[in-house]
Amino acid sequence: MTTATQPQAEENLAAKLPPDTLQQWLRDMLLIREFEVRTMQAYQDRKIGGFCHVYIGQEAVAVGCTAAVEHKDPIITAYRDHGHALARGMDPRYAMAEMYGKIGGCAKGKGGSMHLFDKPNNMFGGHGIVGAQCPLGTGLAFATKYEDEVMKGGTNTRVTLCFLGDGALNQGAFHEAMNLAGILDLPIIFICENNGYSMGTAISRGTTMGHNITSKAAGYGMESAIIDGMDIFTVYNGMKPLVDRCRDTSRPIFVDMRTYRYKGHSMSDPRKYRTKEEEQQYESNDVIDKLANWLMQEGHLTEDAYDKLVKEIRKEVRASMKWADNSPEPDIKELYTDVFVEEWGPFLGTSPPQIVKDAEGAGNDEDDDETREDDDD
Amino acid sequence: MPREIEFREALREAMSQCMRDDPRVFLMGEEVAEYNGAYKVSKGMLDEFGPRRVIDTPISENGFAGLGIGAAMMGLRPIIEFMSWSFSLVAADQILNNAPKMLYMSGGQFGCPIVFRGNNGAGGQLGSTHSWCVESLYANVPGVKIVLPTTPYEAKGLLRTAILDPDPVFFLESERMLGMKGDVPEEPYEVPFGKARIVREGTDCTIVSFGRPVHFCIEAAETLEKDGIDCEVLDGRSVRPLDIDAIVKSVRKTNYCVVVDQAWPFASISSEIASQVHKRCFDDLDNHVHRVNADDVPAPYAYNLEQEMLPNARKIVEAVRSATYQA
Ligand SMILES: Cc1ncc(C[n+]2csc(CCOP(=O)(O)OP(=O)(O)O)c2C)c(N)n1
Ligand SMILES: [Mg+2]
Repeated sequence: MTTATQPQAEENLAAKLPPDTLQQWLRDMLLIREFEVRTMQAYQDRKIGGFCHVYIGQEAVAVGCTAAVEHKDPIITAYRDHGHALARGMDPRYAMAEMYGKIGGCAKGKGGSMHLFDKPNNMFGGHGIVGAQCPLGTGLAFATKYEDEVMKGGTNTRVTLCFLGDGALNQGAFHEAMNLAGILDLPIIFICENNGYSMGTAISRGTTMGHNITSKAAGYGMESAIIDGMDIFTVYNGMKPLVDRCRDTSRPIFVDMRTYRYKGHSMSDPRKYRTKEEEQQYESNDVIDKLANWLMQEGHLTEDAYDKLVKEIRKEVRASMKWADNSPEPDIKELYTDVFVEEWGPFLGTSPPQIVKDAEGAGNDEDDDETREDDDD
Repeated sequence: MPREIEFREALREAMSQCMRDDPRVFLMGEEVAEYNGAYKVSKGMLDEFGPRRVIDTPISENGFAGLGIGAAMMGLRPIIEFMSWSFSLVAADQILNNAPKMLYMSGGQFGCPIVFRGNNGAGGQLGSTHSWCVESLYANVPGVKIVLPTTPYEAKGLLRTAILDPDPVFFLESERMLGMKGDVPEEPYEVPFGKARIVREGTDCTIVSFGRPVHFCIEAAETLEKDGIDCEVLDGRSVRPLDIDAIVKSVRKTNYCVVVDQAWPFASISSEIASQVHKRCFDDLDNHVHRVNADDVPAPYAYNLEQEMLPNARKIVEAVRSATYQA
């Protein structure tokens, strides 16, 4: 098991941000935590089916990393994706309804927990097959660079964040994606959310050089960094300069983001492969508490305000569950929509989910509007 | 001595008995050893056989599938577990390009006695990436044997046959059946490939299926019996080799045929069987062969959509009624 080592103290960029930004981070992390607690309950209550993987413990990674990029920068991840979707701004109603298998879900109930997509927020999915998102991430980076440089004749403006688990280090797809990103000079950051385990396999049992996975990047001549993912300050402070450099140089970077999942791999995991002490060691030094304490110490948060925030979030998540409950099941016709873009034979063309309609209704004018013509059904 | 055990225990017993008899047999896959199997199929096997023969792998399907094939070329008898056949797709080159063609490509020098096994088909709201039924897709490739067990008894006997077989075998289990109980003898026995099993005799319509949907066929046959339609249900056991003779024999008796196939309809096991039955039973059939497949769409997550997409007893009943002009 890797214990998160404290990397070099970087310039504390996060501490210089306006307090309301840090308050927003706290809010985002609390939202993910509460959402996941409720997700677990809903799963027990059989409102959610299939495989379900919660993000509790890793909140600082999704929130800190998305804070270090801009909204236009694409992100993509694996199946443990609720945190990334929420950090990117997905309304929890759409995420919850998706897991409830309802029409109001971000994919109209067709994707489920492992496959959350949010086009208006440039979130290119949750992906269920370990490692599969790595070549896709490479493709996103290729496309942003191509648009900026080949089609618009300018220079690259966007950075892709491609998240992966430590288990994905052992997939061919990861290695091919790393090599391609290197060869093609693609503006992508591969963020390995190294929580020490892939299911019941400790990284040292599954990965050579598991104690130092940045050696994988070295093999591809790629810049890399080790970041403590159990503290949103270190995440942001570590990521921000990397993101800036990636944007400027259009060269790929690999990050060993040391983190921990407090809960089991999925909803049916007795966690016999690790000790209670190890779990407690991380939980007692909780990522959310750390930020809340800091804000209080600095005088940016009172106990009362914190309690109020917690209550507000509880209400918001509960409302999302209610909304999901009330959202109808998808019409059986939905089986035959979205198979092909055009109507053809038994296939019914496409129809946008609520999440896209809402964004359009709100006049959310992204600069990549030309890629959206498939939403006009 | 028959006793009632779970499907997963029957699979384990087949593997363990072969491993006791033959040191060339080993089990490899994700979480098979220390975790006791993601679905507890290999529970206790690490304790009995040790880490040199029950081997945990990283999430590297292409790597360990290929490793198994190489070991089989050297004469070992690997059992490679895919946590799900859905994940075998990342190993497609190894299992489709190498395993089935090695013997041919080497002019008979290097065989490939290997078993790939794991969960196939919808596990229940797993979404499109995790709900693959690979039988139709992989059956297109010459050189593989593809087996779908339906009961604990069948599972133990068929898996033993698979391990003893000198050719590559794809053994397709179902997560939904692992807890199913049934009578299984303790002593080793083999159930042959390419020999369909008559699950239920009948005179009015032949229903052919493989794996889990065989149980839906039985359910449908019971419903239809009440309407006076007496169905004959065949469990094909293996799609390759296919026991077309048994199907033909049954259709010549009943004059009607419904094929139930949990994979997609296009270029599928069911379309293959329909084609062969049309050719062999042209004069015997009183209607064209009817097919029940999963809908021709990716597997959806939502419960109601998934239920609608998959074959079930209701759809089989409807197909039989339609095939026998009693709709
Ligand atoms: C190709 C493939 N093989 C196996 C699986 C089954 N599986 C799902 S998650 C997982 C463990 C992955 O662990 P890691 O990449 O470390 O991510 P974490 O769960 O820690 O977020 C496995 C083996 C899969 N989804 N895809
Ligand atoms: Mg992990």
